[in-house]
Amino acid sequence: MAIQASPGLKRSDAPDPEPDGQKRPAVSVRRRAARKDSGGLGRQTAWGPFFALPHGVGLALFTLLPIGASLWISLHNWPMMGQQKWLGLGNYQHLLADPIFGQVVLNTLLFVVLYVPMNLVVSLGLAAWLTPKIKGRHIFRIIFFIPAITPVVANVVVWRMLYQPGGLIDGLMQSTLGIHAPNFLGDEHWAMFSIVVMSVWQGFGYNMLIFSSALDAVPESLTEAAELDGARPWTVFYRIKLPMISPSIFFATMMTLITSFQVFAQPFIMTKGGPGTSTSTIVLFIYNQGFQFHQLGMASAAAWVLFVIILGITAVQFLGQKKWVHYDA
Amino acid sequence: MAKRHRSGPGRIRQAIGYGILCLIALAFLSPLIYMLATSLKPPADVFSIPPTLIGSSIRWSNYSEALTYMPFLKFMGNGLLVAVLGTAVNLIVAALSGYAFSRQRWRGRNLVFMVFLATLMIPQEVLVVPMFVMMQKMDWVNTFQALIIPWAFTALGAFLLRQFFMGVPQELDDAARVDGAGTIKTFLLVMVPLAKPTMAVLAVFSFISYWNSFLWPLIVINDVNDLGTIPLGLQMFFGQQGSQWHLVMAASVISMAPTFVLLVLLQKHLVKGIVTSGLGGR
Repeated sequence: MAIQASPGLKRSDAPDPEPDGQKRPAVSVRRRAARKDSGGLGRQTAWGPFFALPHGVGLALFTLLPIGASLWISLHNWPMMGQQKWLGLGNYQHLLADPIFGQVVLNTLLFVVLYVPMNLVVSLGLAAWLTPKIKGRHIFRIIFFIPAITPVVANVVVWRMLYQPGGLIDGLMQSTLGIHAPNFLGDEHWAMFSIVVMSVWQGFGYNMLIFSSALDAVPESLTEAAELDGARPWTVFYRIKLPMISPSIFFATMMTLITSFQVFAQPFIMTKGGPGTSTSTIVLFIYNQGFQFHQLGMASAAAWVLFVIILGITAVQFLGQKKWVHYDA
Repeated sequence: MAKRHRSGPGRIRQAIGYGILCLIALAFLSPLIYMLATSLKPPADVFSIPPTLIGSSIRWSNYSEALTYMPFLKFMGNGLLVAVLGTAVNLIVAALSGYAFSRQRWRGRNLVFMVFLATLMIPQEVLVVPMFVMMQKMDWVNTFQALIIPWAFTALGAFLLRQFFMGVPQELDDAARVDGAGTIKTFLLVMVPLAKPTMAVLAVFSFISYWNSFLWPLIVINDVNDLGTIPLGLQMFFGQQGSQWHLVMAASVISMAPTFVLLVLLQKHLVKGIVTSGLGGR
């Protein structure tokens, strides 16, 4: 949805008959026609590279250089202060053999496997529910979107209190059912699940808006035709709307997957990765290695493992999309 | 739209559905309501059972007390400074490059644009360690510019503005040219004003992402009292006063208030931005 090849980017436009500076009368018909299908190819000037220069230099300096440096650092024993030492793949070997890192990767996968489907189901469900017929639809949308834009740290702190023994959930259970709630964050069987629930609460607003607008764009003629043929609402949703919005679902799945691998603030503030290492995630590991133990080389190596996992999953998604994503609506 | 006339049971079902939807929304909001309620309670009432919405008295002083522990107003000022400057830089470079990628032809343009897009794939976590080493070398650790500059060049804006500029009719360029405007004048006086709505969307998202940024400030700022932003300040406050929930919740309300106001004021831009570009997402 966001990243697509623009039409006409590769086309060679009809050559500009006149060089710049020579003024022409109004726009010629031919040029207008050429413009129509060239998708804004623009004008040949010497200025182009200069316009792109500030952004390009910034990106080179603050993204391309660091990404290269990250790989370089990951091949060293690189303490925050003091002498660096070449290790080759030593950090990576260490990580692969480190049971804690293995645990951390599994925890992150567990988070992703729980979080992504829950997020998608909730956001899709609510988007489908909030049809234009619903009164105050706009307000509902805004409500569900609130925690997606308030600071994560603040959201997490609030949920920390909800989950607290004696907090809202425990208090409600005690006063209505007369039993104590589980110690959500202190019990290793509950901790990760609790973090997932909080994260879904916080995060599904984005996808809901994306799905909601995609559903709005499904032509009513299609759904009405199906209804006239006696299709039930569920069938209409499943057979018509869902395939129609599959590009949006694909896009949202990709983005949600990628960002869910980067989960950090929730475990960092709610559990510090505990109890034990049960909620420690890859980014938490990177942070601890780099900025608690000052092992920047090890932190970079872990970051590259994360990057490769994300790239791999993105690639698999792209390859798999043919089976279920319909671009030609 | 002449809808089928709803029969009695159908209407009842609809009303029940609507009621359930309202309950879901209420449940969804309950953490925030609870936060607000707790922020006004005396400490003794925080963990009352059954939980109450209102304590034995309304204690506004929780807010002033929270502010005496930590300078949240200063954090807001810092956050504002960082977010506004960073957003300004991002808008300027992105408007220029978006224009270069759409309405000007030059050698290597498509290749460079592909590289720009590819950088969007790189997770921030991969960059923070080398970025920190860079900041060390530049002596930027614990400075505002370390919060602003490294993230001011994200390629998203170039992508968004390119999309926009591609849709602007060539006739406008031509007309400007007929009037004697050169490339720079055309850009500044014709194109930028046209792109205002897209730039507004970009600005809102850039601002929010600076404002809420947590991992990087956590790494690069040591002196939270002086240079901290809201997320950093709240995290530190929580670390120090974590057991004083009435104060922590007051601090959380203070932390959420600015973005909440922004959401209410700019909801249209936000919704549009997400819908057209899939911006955001964590």
